Amino acid sequence: MSGTGDVAPTPLVEVVGLTKRFGEIEVVKDVDLAVRMGEKVAIIGPSGSGKTTLLRCVAHLEKPTSGHVAIGGERIGARLVDGRWREMSDREIAHVRTGIGMVFQRFNLFPHLTALENVMLGPTRVLKQSRAEAEPLARELLRKVGLAHKAGDYPERLSGGQQQRVAIARSLAMRPRLMLFDEATSALDPELIGEVLNVMRGLARDGMTMLIVTHEMQFAEDVADRVVFMDHGRIVDEGPPHELFRSPSHPRIQAFLRAVVDREVMNETSAP
Amino acid sequence: MTWDIFYTSLPELLLAAGGTLRMTAFAFVVAAVLGLVIAILRLSGGIVGRIAFLYIELIRGIPALVLLFLIYFGLVPLGIVLGGFVAAVVALGLNGAAYLAEVYRAGIQAVDSGQHEAAQMLGMRRGQIMRDITLPQAVPIVLPPMANYLVSLLKDTSLASLIAAPELMLRSRDLAGTYYLPMEYYLLAGVMYLIMAWPMMHGVRKMERYFARGRLQGSRA
Repeated sequence: MSGTGDVAPTPLVEVVGLTKRFGEIEVVKDVDLAVRMGEKVAIIGPSGSGKTTLLRCVAHLEKPTSGHVAIGGERIGARLVDGRWREMSDREIAHVRTGIGMVFQRFNLFPHLTALENVMLGPTRVLKQSRAEAEPLARELLRKVGLAHKAGDYPERLSGGQQQRVAIARSLAMRPRLMLFDEATSALDPELIGEVLNVMRGLARDGMTMLIVTHEMQFAEDVADRVVFMDHGRIVDEGPPHELFRSPSHPRIQAFLRAVVDREVMNETSAP
Repeated sequence: MTWDIFYTSLPELLLAAGGTLRMTAFAFVVAAVLGLVIAILRLSGGIVGRIAFLYIELIRGIPALVLLFLIYFGLVPLGIVLGGFVAAVVALGLNGAAYLAEVYRAGIQAVDSGQHEAAQMLGMRRGQIMRDITLPQAVPIVLPPMANYLVSLLKDTSLASLIAAPELMLRSRDLAGTYYLPMEYYLLAGVMYLIMAWPMMHGVRKMERYFARGRLQGSRA
């Protein structure tokens, strides 16, 4: 996997000719995307541009209408049996997903479990670890996201930002090689966004491969190795953040960035 | 004067009330377990899902009494002879399973789909998600209607008097006929049903208040 020198390593994530249709509407259109091990890719674009659907296809929460996704060279959702592609069973898909962590816009913590139990659920149920094995790592992860003191609390007692940090710890407990973030801060009050972004920055520093759908342009610029701009289901442009943000070539990107910056300026001026 | 007769028949009535409670309990277990199986089959879709749906529609459209007669009398020509008590438990259980299957389905579907997706992304499989994530969250939603069903089941066991199963209504009818005191004995039967049902109704109200207040408050270290 970790090829050196001039040998190009197999990308960790490979999206090939991916199209997703809901009924008549084509939400993602023939998208190709490759993410190298350790790379951080931010996907930006206006609402309804297909970013979230693309991410959900990578997690196989949506089944592509055509094209495919491969993680670590292994296709997700289908496997080759006697020269023919067969649909994966529930068990096989579940196994592939153990290597992928996903953080949702609405956190989706399990409300009937404490923060600690949320983080321990994957390791104990899926990796079949004992409580004694799983608990130290779970506590360590909660400490890492700054919530060691909230281990025994149920989600409803936590703020949105705290819930999202627990959700990140829950994903990390499975020791994934890829983390997907689906607008992880969009449902948060402005003053809670920073704490979640800081945790994500820490992850990026640790070398995690990340695919991040976000509206936080400053964060994308700081953290991403590459920014992908989507519009109407297609990748319109991609490149290093300073190029894409500083000298956007495409008029649609220019319009989008102007709109986003206007909003941010307005927020700043209206803040007390 | 009539009070003496009541005193003498009270042990008999209490015994019969015990039969009613036993019948209620057995039928409830049949309905609760079978109902869950049917609900899960129904939600799994495909052919089994459609069969489960058909079962629910059929049973819910047929009066419990018709089902009871079908099982008690109708199966005899096929060589299946069930006692009154067993026939009543089976009929009321089958009937209740269809009702509870719908209660369960509503409870399961009320759990946010994001819960399912988050569990999927941890690599959990369908059965694990149902057991560890969906059902625990559906229980608080489902408990009050289940308890309501228990109350109506208690009263529906009186139907079994028509197939001579040992329970309260049958005994009351016997006594009312024997002593020619229909008003007195049926009133007494009514009071006894009420006494049995009241704690259940009270329990439902308590449960509803408990869950409305928000469950799982506080923390557990």
